Amino acid sequence: MTMPFGYVSPEQAMRDKADYARKGVARGRSCVTLQYEGGILMVAPNASSALHKISELYDRIAFAAVGRYNEYENLRKAGVTYADVTGYQFDRADVTARGIANWYAQNLGEIFTASLKPFEVEIVVAEVGATPDSDQIYRITFDGSVSDEPGFVAFGGEADEVAEVLKERFSDGMSLSEALGAALEALAAQGNGQSAPELTADKLEVAVLDRARAHRTFRRLRGARLAELLAEARPEAEKEDSGEDSSGDSGSSGDSGSSKSSGSGAKSSSSGSKSASGKGKASGKSSGSDDDPPTGPPAPSGDGIPKK
Amino acid sequence: MGTHSDGVRRGTADFMTARIPSFTDFLTSYAPDLLPGSAELGPDPSEAIKGLRHATTIVAAECEGGVVLAGDRRATMGNVIAQRDVEKIHRSDEFSAMGFAGTGSLGLEFARLFQVELEHYEKMEGRTLSLEGKANRLANMVRGNIGGAMQGLVVIPLFAGYDEDAGTGRIFSYDVVGGPYEEHRYASIGSGSVYAKSSLKKLFRDGMSSEDVVLAVVQALYDAADDDSATGGPDLTRQIFPVVSTITADGFHRLPDSETAEIAQQVVSGRLGAPDGPSAPLS
Repeated sequence: MTMPFGYVSPEQAMRDKADYARKGVARGRSCVTLQYEGGILMVAPNASSALHKISELYDRIAFAAVGRYNEYENLRKAGVTYADVTGYQFDRADVTARGIANWYAQNLGEIFTASLKPFEVEIVVAEVGATPDSDQIYRITFDGSVSDEPGFVAFGGEADEVAEVLKERFSDGMSLSEALGAALEALAAQGNGQSAPELTADKLEVAVLDRARAHRTFRRLRGARLAELLAEARPEAEKEDSGEDSSGDSGSSGDSGSSKSSGSGAKSSSSGSKSASGKGKASGKSSGSDDDPPTGPPAPSGDGIPKK
Repeated sequence: MGTHSDGVRRGTADFMTARIPSFTDFLTSYAPDLLPGSAELGPDPSEAIKGLRHATTIVAAECEGGVVLAGDRRATMGNVIAQRDVEKIHRSDEFSAMGFAGTGSLGLEFARLFQVELEHYEKMEGRTLSLEGKANRLANMVRGNIGGAMQGLVVIPLFAGYDEDAGTGRIFSYDVVGGPYEEHRYASIGSGSVYAKSSLKKLFRDGMSSEDVVLAVVQALYDAADDDSATGGPDLTRQIFPVVSTITADGFHRLPDSETAEIAQQVVSGRLGAPDGPSAPLS
């Protein structure tokens, strides 16, 4: 690293790099990854349908990232290659999220310390297991720290705000639409009160690792299927929409004008689906009584994903 | 960062360099010893080759809205039957599959590598290769083995897939230098292929349903096994039957053993009365 005149302590250099990376990551909107009864759900606000934040790494493993696109895209491709080489060299069953997460951590750590500019990314590697207990979610930050996140994780600039809502709403064994509802409510908590546009199907990237599928479990949810799930996830908001599109829109944009309204807007829509949010909170309080069957809006049979 | 079998610690750069999204190309520079046929052969490997397992007959035939790909189950080692239940038909991706004839071990490695190759491209690029793209890629891999082939380690694939744009099944064959040669209606490779093709010539009709084509290819494999010692017929005593797969708009589907058992049973009982199988009209 080239230094300007004078001495800069290693501590200071690291701090500067970390601040730099953190700022870069904070520019993007946060994403969430959480378990549902049929696997793992990943949701990211993303207006582009071609430049993905969520992708498949391997048969049962997915990747999600926030931050600088070219950097995480590079990491994604490297991860796919690493997984494919490992699976080809040994066996497909020998590719694990833990292995990939560690590999990412090692690389990001090295890039953080050795190169001038750290990567401005935060990534999540998730693996769906045979049972919910064996699901794994890892979060890896720009400096190579890894954390094992059981159940759910929010990551990106305002991860803390998002995680707070998600913590309230998350419960074990949620149906896909309940989990999507929780994710959307959590994502609406970011934006620091600034204009948070309504997350409609075309502004969302949603994918699942579907436990029940053989071979490759990763599936993107989009188009009509996603719209249908969104309607199930927030019945109230959709009712407004279907009643009159423009009024629904203007309602939400009006909400986002004042500082706390994007949160309150989300809350009001969630209070419509009382059973879902009520259940989320109840089981959140009982912390760990995860054997209650979900009582939210009726889940589509199975995982609800059309099978080919 | 990985430590590879040669003990060299590889840098991230290997994985992060922008490159053509081909898994085989990546392995060629990263770990060439993992590629099939990369080992050095001695000056005269012909003695050793006699001890290798050889896979035999594969047939493919177009059907309405797709293609049927099937293979017998026998592997031979010289005059010895080395294995009775080999799987020579391998799913390559959702809409394609390959069967192979020749050196069994190489065939298995090709099938595995080709599967990773297609999936790797799909994940890197976010789209699937065109059917021609897949067929060309396989040609490239076959050509990569030309050194081994010239010394006797021959393996030839037969590639079949559903063309999503055209809505039809297509078949591609190869020789040791590559290909692909597009085949129409039906094709066969391996030691029993001559008999299987002659059989299909009389049984195949354009626009047959997939059920009928499945029956026709099982008949063809029976005929191949009837006249070629390296091809195995339906083994009723051990309940081992040909592997039959269909590739249609619904994707690759390997018929479950219970289904092929029924079809094989039907063919064998037919042959009890007419050992040479169904006959075609004379004119």
